[in-house]
Amino acid sequence: MSLSVPDLNFRVIAPALIVALTALIVLLAELVTPAPRKRWLGVLGLIGLLIAAGATVGLWGAPASAFGGMVVADNFGLFLTLVILLGAALSILLALDFVRAHRVDQGEYYVLVLFAVVGMILMATATDLIVIFLALELLSLPLYILAAFKRADARSLEAGLKYFLLGAFSSAFFLYGIAFIFGGTGTTNLMKIADALAKNPRNDLLLVGAGLLLVGFAFKVALVPFHWWTPDVYDGAPTAVTAFMSVGVKAAAFGAFFRAFLVALPAFAFDWRIVLAALAVLTMTLGNVAALLQSNVKRMLAYSSIAHAGYILIALVAMGASGLSSALFYLLAYTLTNLGAFGAVIALSDGERERLEIRDWGGAARQYPFIAAMFAIFMLSLAGFPPLAGFTGKFLIFSAAVETGWAWLAVIGVLNSLVSAYFYLRPIVQMYMSEPVPGWDRIRVAPLVALALVLALIGVIALGLYPTPAIVMATGGFLR
Amino acid sequence: MTVNHYIFLSAILFSIGAVGVLIRRNPLIMFMGIELMLNAANLAFVAFSRQLQSIDGQVFVFLILAVAAAEVAVGLAIIVALFRTRQTVNVDDVNALKG
Repeated sequence: MSLSVPDLNFRVIAPALIVALTALIVLLAELVTPAPRKRWLGVLGLIGLLIAAGATVGLWGAPASAFGGMVVADNFGLFLTLVILLGAALSILLALDFVRAHRVDQGEYYVLVLFAVVGMILMATATDLIVIFLALELLSLPLYILAAFKRADARSLEAGLKYFLLGAFSSAFFLYGIAFIFGGTGTTNLMKIADALAKNPRNDLLLVGAGLLLVGFAFKVALVPFHWWTPDVYDGAPTAVTAFMSVGVKAAAFGAFFRAFLVALPAFAFDWRIVLAALAVLTMTLGNVAALLQSNVKRMLAYSSIAHAGYILIALVAMGASGLSSALFYLLAYTLTNLGAFGAVIALSDGERERLEIRDWGGAARQYPFIAAMFAIFMLSLAGFPPLAGFTGKFLIFSAAVETGWAWLAVIGVLNSLVSAYFYLRPIVQMYMSEPVPGWDRIRVAPLVALALVLALIGVIALGLYPTPAIVMATGGFLR
Repeated sequence: MTVNHYIFLSAILFSIGAVGVLIRRNPLIMFMGIELMLNAANLAFVAFSRQLQSIDGQVFVFLILAVAAAEVAVGLAIIVALFRTRQTVNVDDVNALKG
């Protein structure tokens, strides 16, 4: 009996390895760092993320697979890796002052964020269902803890419990789906599943498995009707954590979602496109209508993130190169914009007291003209006003849908964007036109949070005015 | 006993687990339901592995067991922390966030 060693190409997973190593270093350094200096652990994490981004750029343009075809470094995965690293870096910048103001343990916070980033990167680059499952768990477990990170706060704990129970519940569906796909095809590798399907297109076990897999993905990216955990978890979790998970999990889970359905199941495309189109319509409409009714900024942004998942799903229904690149661009634009929006909520908080009710935002523009203006721009970008990043993203997705004959879906998307303008404009109106609410003078905007906001703002405006480089980067596609 | 028997058993276990999560209100019992669902998947993996004469499925079970153990550690920690602040873990009483 001969044992063959698969090609262990560690270069391919270098970004994930560097982040994992950084997490371990931060974990060790936490032991010897005195309490007042713990912020430097966050800086250490930021440096690790930067090096990982450098390694990702180094892998660019030369698609390669490793570990017997279990992970790949293709342009699709690397683009998402960069989006995830960017989101993580900005959310650590937001958290540096946040964790101190909220008096939570600092060192562990950054370690958990970094481990979640490792899971996200692996999920975006995995080409084997079992690796996708393990990466999903690696990103979920730290996030359950982070959601419940304010141990003395009942709301945070409740968010953690709900996220944990529903996350584990959905993971079980996901895993059971993988078991049936394995039973139907004898493999969990995405390319080999596609090969098995090409030979034998009638495969009932695989159909059941694909359905269960879809349920698992729908929970993770929060598609209606599997979305009801989202508002509670986003509302209860510490705001810096909400900001991180609203962008990172979306990028990672959509990456695996796209890869699983486009690489492994194109033979069933006729069936799942209709199902996904229906889910997209439900998700956009319900997300936007529910967001109209919210009085709490975090809940409003939670429903808005559900609606955005619906827009991205249109790109998956559209399939093809244009669908893929539009989804990547949209995820980048959404990451910058959403982090900016949550960052503004953090910036306008007085220590532990955050202003979460929209009616409390009256007069913000008079006291903090710059923060208010930035928040307004992020809201306009989420609503899809030109010339901001959100507009370009929506334009690309809707035109990809029209190109591939799903014009009615694009029309519903546009109508939904119109509805969404109402609730995105409401906080702006409140900030600029309402009577000032007392207490603004107690607020000190942390310089690092302001820095993160400015960086996000530059990205949002640059992607809106000059999107070509990002669009060119996004048209890399999969390695098959 | 054919592979169908095992898959039926695993489907029954999965359904019991899922129904348990949906109708029970104690997080510990809900959590047991989730464990039952994961183990139903394990049983399916082993049965398919045997039918396909492929060892892969059995290896996956080890990975899944490790994941389940990590999930237990995190889940129980959250439940204990919640009990310390609220003196209850019934999910109907845990409702500070309007759902």
